[in-house]
Amino acid sequence: MAATRLFLRASPVKCSLTGLTGGVHSSLGLTLLKLSPACTAKPQAQRRHAAHFTYHPEPAPSQYGPTQKMNLFQSVTSALDNTLAGDPTAVIFGEDVAFGGVFRCTVGLRDKYGKDRVFNTPLCEQGIVGFGIGAAAAGATAIAEIQFADYIYPAFDQIVNEAAKYRYRSGNMFDCGKLTIRSPWGCVGHGSIYHSQCPEAFFTHCPGIKIVVPRGPVQAKGLLLSCIADQNPCIFFEPKILYRAAVEQVPTEAYQIPLSQAEVLQEGSDLTLVAWGTQVHVLKEVAAMAQEKLGVSCELIDLRTILPWDTETVCKSVVKTGRLLISHEAPVTGGFAAEISSTVQVRVRWEIKAFYFFYVTDFKL
Amino acid sequence: MFTLVTERENPTFEKIISPIIDVPPSPALITVKSPIINPSPSPAQLTPAVANSMVVSARTYADFTPQATFDIKKCDLHKLEEGPPLQAVLTREEGLQYYRTMQTIRRMELKADQLYKQKIIRGFCHLYDGQEACAVGIETGINLSDHLITAYRAHGYTLTRGGTVREIMAELTGRRGGIAKGKGGSMHMYTKHFYGGNGIVGAQVPLGAGVALACKYLGNNEICVCLYGDGAANQGQIFETYNMASLWKLPCIFICENNKYGMGTSVERAAASTDYYKRGDFIPGLRLDGMDVLCVREATKFAAEHCRSGKGPILMELQTYRYHGHSMSDPGVSYRTREEIQEVRSKSDPISMLKDRMLSNNMASVEELKEIDVEVRKEIEDAAQFATTDPEPPLDDLCNHIFYNDPPMEVRGTNPWTKLKSVS
Repeated sequence: MAATRLFLRASPVKCSLTGLTGGVHSSLGLTLLKLSPACTAKPQAQRRHAAHFTYHPEPAPSQYGPTQKMNLFQSVTSALDNTLAGDPTAVIFGEDVAFGGVFRCTVGLRDKYGKDRVFNTPLCEQGIVGFGIGAAAAGATAIAEIQFADYIYPAFDQIVNEAAKYRYRSGNMFDCGKLTIRSPWGCVGHGSIYHSQCPEAFFTHCPGIKIVVPRGPVQAKGLLLSCIADQNPCIFFEPKILYRAAVEQVPTEAYQIPLSQAEVLQEGSDLTLVAWGTQVHVLKEVAAMAQEKLGVSCELIDLRTILPWDTETVCKSVVKTGRLLISHEAPVTGGFAAEISSTVQVRVRWEIKAFYFFYVTDFKL
Repeated sequence: MFTLVTERENPTFEKIISPIIDVPPSPALITVKSPIINPSPSPAQLTPAVANSMVVSARTYADFTPQATFDIKKCDLHKLEEGPPLQAVLTREEGLQYYRTMQTIRRMELKADQLYKQKIIRGFCHLYDGQEACAVGIETGINLSDHLITAYRAHGYTLTRGGTVREIMAELTGRRGGIAKGKGGSMHMYTKHFYGGNGIVGAQVPLGAGVALACKYLGNNEICVCLYGDGAANQGQIFETYNMASLWKLPCIFICENNKYGMGTSVERAAASTDYYKRGDFIPGLRLDGMDVLCVREATKFAAEHCRSGKGPILMELQTYRYHGHSMSDPGVSYRTREEIQEVRSKSDPISMLKDRMLSNNMASVEELKEIDVEVRKEIEDAAQFATTDPEPPLDDLCNHIFYNDPPMEVRGTNPWTKLKSVS
């Protein structure tokens, strides 16, 4: 939690730096540590922090029609509402979705569309996904909810062995492309081991599925609608810490944001920052602080689709800047940053000027 | 907590005691009145003259019935010829002990509720009040050397399995005095022969069967009690476990604590068959009243005997109720009515039931039970004080116990310049 936090305190506030003993290997690191105001290497009394970033809403998109103020879970409800309205075969199911869901993502849908289109399942993730695969294969647009990404593992076999490989092994005769799995994802501060996990790396090891993580309400609605429309089984992870924290003007009509396209949020010349989900907002602040204090110009990229990921955009950016920094919430070993870094190294090998740093905030076991 | 106030049929007793001391009724005469604050004045409130003329202070323990036999409800049976006995013998000591333990669990859970609302306990907290008879009844039906595993609503079991209130509360507040050194929290508490405290529902059941296999293999005549809830009863791995346990005749008691709601979903909306005791199919099953500690005790003894005799696994369904919501983030009234909760509290509260039984059979006095209440409250207050003031675990502990490793392992922190150490 150490170094990344110190980027985030632009105003003189007590630093949350604790436990920083020796081990500062590079001069860059030392410089960064010294720059943080009111920060000493001595552990300070631990303070509880609510969120380690501020959400800055993006300007309302003008090309999709009238907009309305929504937070992340409301934008998801809006996307599902558009889907149920436009597609008579669409069904939503999962644990506790009928009353609105534990994060209120499906509020009002059962009343509007009926109990045969929005219904609860018993407590059985493997059953939920297996059932979803079958429904999708038979022609229904199946939107399954796994209540927390931490609970997705009983369904791992169904996703990896059944959903991902259906089209291939049947020679394109069958597929479950109409399946979308939605799941709350990521750190929330009080979730501990079973309500905070980011399992995207486990699934990236599997061709045949798509994995998408939005950074805000406008992105979430567009990306979710794309996932639902996409002819491949998709897993859509929603950063749970942003459900209420992220508020934006979101178009009320249906619109799609293309998958497998990363977005360059900020152009820069010295360093490429890559992140997805909540970390995008952390890195936004990092970029601002780096510019202000170090005079470093950062190019910030939101990966958006984790699998298949947009290698072109990232590599092009690294060719320009020569340095890459990736930040994600999951454990370092086998995390998706390792994949990005190795791919970029292979493709951009001669343009690299500096080592790759992997930042992992909110260290988890 | 309020005391029930009606007359009692015992002329000698009445002459001496009434009208100053309220005397509890026999079960058949229970009428619920509105809460009365302190109906029985403590001796300190009586003037010396009155106190000396009262025979209350002259009551000795010799006046109490040493034991009594109670009728308990018949269990529903599945693939069993006979069930547990229809009568239970309760001695005075046992009664007081059960009362104390159940009251401790109740008070501890209510204190946890209070501390959570004060944000001293954070994260997740699933409270057990209302279900005390299950934990206490099961523990009295097995030995401390037997094994037990449950899901996340584990505070009661941590206590009955040998944990102390101090350790449990310190674990809830995440301090170093906690039973899991402050690293586990509400859902992850363990003691010897108590395997937790598990977050993923249903996952603990195959684990329990494994423990039962170890017991059978080692031939130590121990059994394993695997608990799960009505929501988890629909998980696939539980049925896999039924098959394995039955095939290999493992000494495993599967217990479904049916508190009628899996988080916010009522059992009728989640299960095609709500006869959870029959869901083991080829495994014999019992369904019983989980609010009656004697019922639970007799059934557990019966089930333990069944397992220890080598007949294989057995399934028990305890019909119980939780007063709080699923967790502290759940108010508990959006999927059930307040009237329903009130009704269960007034008609089937496990502690009241035991209390009434004991008082109506002269196995204890109101003062004695009040004394126990006071002692329990003090114990909880002390524990809460400890839990609030104990320091948090040191940061050096953060990465310990990831792997079993010797020498210590280096672990990367959140950035390449923080190196943390993992000792195990």
